[in-house]
Amino acid sequence: MKTGPNTLFLFTVMIATLTSGRAAAQNAGSGSGYPGPKDGLTDQEHRGQGLYRRYCVGCHGARGDGNGENAPYLDPKPRDFTQATFKCRSTPTGSLPLDSDLYDTISRGIHASGMPSWNPLTPEQRHELIAYIKTFSPRFREEQPGAPLPIPPEPPTSAESAKRGAELFQSMNCWSCHGKDGRGHGPSAMTLTDSKGYPITPFDLTSGTRFKCGASDRELFRDLMTGLDGTPMPSFADALKPDQIWDLVHYIQTIREGSKSASVENRTERKGN
Amino acid sequence: MKKRYQAIATLLALCLVGLQAARAGSPANDAPTATSARVTGVVKFEGIVPKAIHINMAADPSCARQHPNGAASEDIVADSSGGLENVFVFISDGLGDRAFDPPQKPAVIEQKGCMYEPHVVAMQAHQKLDVVNADSTTHNIHPLPNNNREWNKSQPPGLPIEETFPREEVAIPVKCNVHPWMRSYIAVFKHPYFAVTGKDGSFDLKDLPPGTYTLEAWHEKLGTAIQKVTIGPSETKTVQFVFKGRPGA
Repeated sequence: MKTGPNTLFLFTVMIATLTSGRAAAQNAGSGSGYPGPKDGLTDQEHRGQGLYRRYCVGCHGARGDGNGENAPYLDPKPRDFTQATFKCRSTPTGSLPLDSDLYDTISRGIHASGMPSWNPLTPEQRHELIAYIKTFSPRFREEQPGAPLPIPPEPPTSAESAKRGAELFQSMNCWSCHGKDGRGHGPSAMTLTDSKGYPITPFDLTSGTRFKCGASDRELFRDLMTGLDGTPMPSFADALKPDQIWDLVHYIQTIREGSKSASVENRTERKGN
Repeated sequence: MKKRYQAIATLLALCLVGLQAARAGSPANDAPTATSARVTGVVKFEGIVPKAIHINMAADPSCARQHPNGAASEDIVADSSGGLENVFVFISDGLGDRAFDPPQKPAVIEQKGCMYEPHVVAMQAHQKLDVVNADSTTHNIHPLPNNNREWNKSQPPGLPIEETFPREEVAIPVKCNVHPWMRSYIAVFKHPYFAVTGKDGSFDLKDLPPGTYTLEAWHEKLGTAIQKVTIGPSETKTVQFVFKGRPGA
């Protein structure tokens, strides 16, 4: 038999099919871990890389692992982007954040940490940074972000709601870390670490300052629903009903505002003296 | 011309056979057969077993009340003959690209007396994990994986939580931040050939396909021990692992 060009072509296609079939079969069983890092960058990611190297690398490190040259001096430690675990999200615990969550964090900064507000960057630049930050973890290529947790309308703040919140603060063991009076020195406080094993301090809810991921009632509600991943702060989305979470919000804002009013009174008194 | 079509048909047939062969390595369950083999054995601790540390649960009286005689850490638990409990024993290499569906029955970890029960849990990737809070206090369940996603959920008494881990990982530390003495480990495997040693340190790996395997034992404090094992059809092999304690520990 003479082997014509058509037969040769068919033979090549068959060999290629066989080879790819075998490779696919092998890959199917071997993937226990994440795939390797991303190879090529898009134009947007490339522009983000330039911004990252200028503004972020000092703390978050060239590899995005949170080990920049400033990291030893920072408390809490800079985020490790290779883990894709983010504190401030609108999505459930364990899930990836939305781009808008990362945008908000870059814009707002994280209070009580070394992360400043990057409002001087244009919105376009912030989106470029987000695109680049997402290349550090293959999770962003493998998974979709979680669905944002709904925030129902806030019921009116009342003494009864804050009282119910105070009871929940005790029964949900919030006091174990934040302390019975919310000052952040509960019995577990000294044992807490972040997910990389660095010591971490529970937030002093009476400090009168804004919370890590925003100070509004809605933002506090969201934090209680999502938890702050990478820290000991859990999600209460399954544990409490929305009304109960609003009660907790009202209580926490009460002790925060109470502290603020007290410090204002103190300042007034001092002024008077 | 006729011969040419015959040649093409033969090649097509070969191609189909080849594809079938390739598919044989893709996800499918290896059901136990009459030739299935078995590895049994025991994990021993050699040396003086460190004294269990007393746990002070005074921070949460509801926990302390459940341990009138006090509670002790479960870091290293061995019986009088050195049988080491809570060791993961598993096939770490030799199964090739075989793939296995997760079992229907969920793995269970219970928070009871403000301790984890069992102390360590072994499960298959994608198998469901039921987290139970049998206590009258609120816990938070917080796994800290390297190869799976981290999550952290508050769990008041009675609330069921169901989760899963999609990737193999030995082993994921689990914490309750509210009760800092609580610590467990969850090992996730991509196959069903794993066991956790019982009170006497024994383990039993059943229904193994005959072959040569790397067998690994992992303990939370004592680390890893490895040995090779070759088992033929219907054969049962007995192996022993030994972890040595520090002298005078």
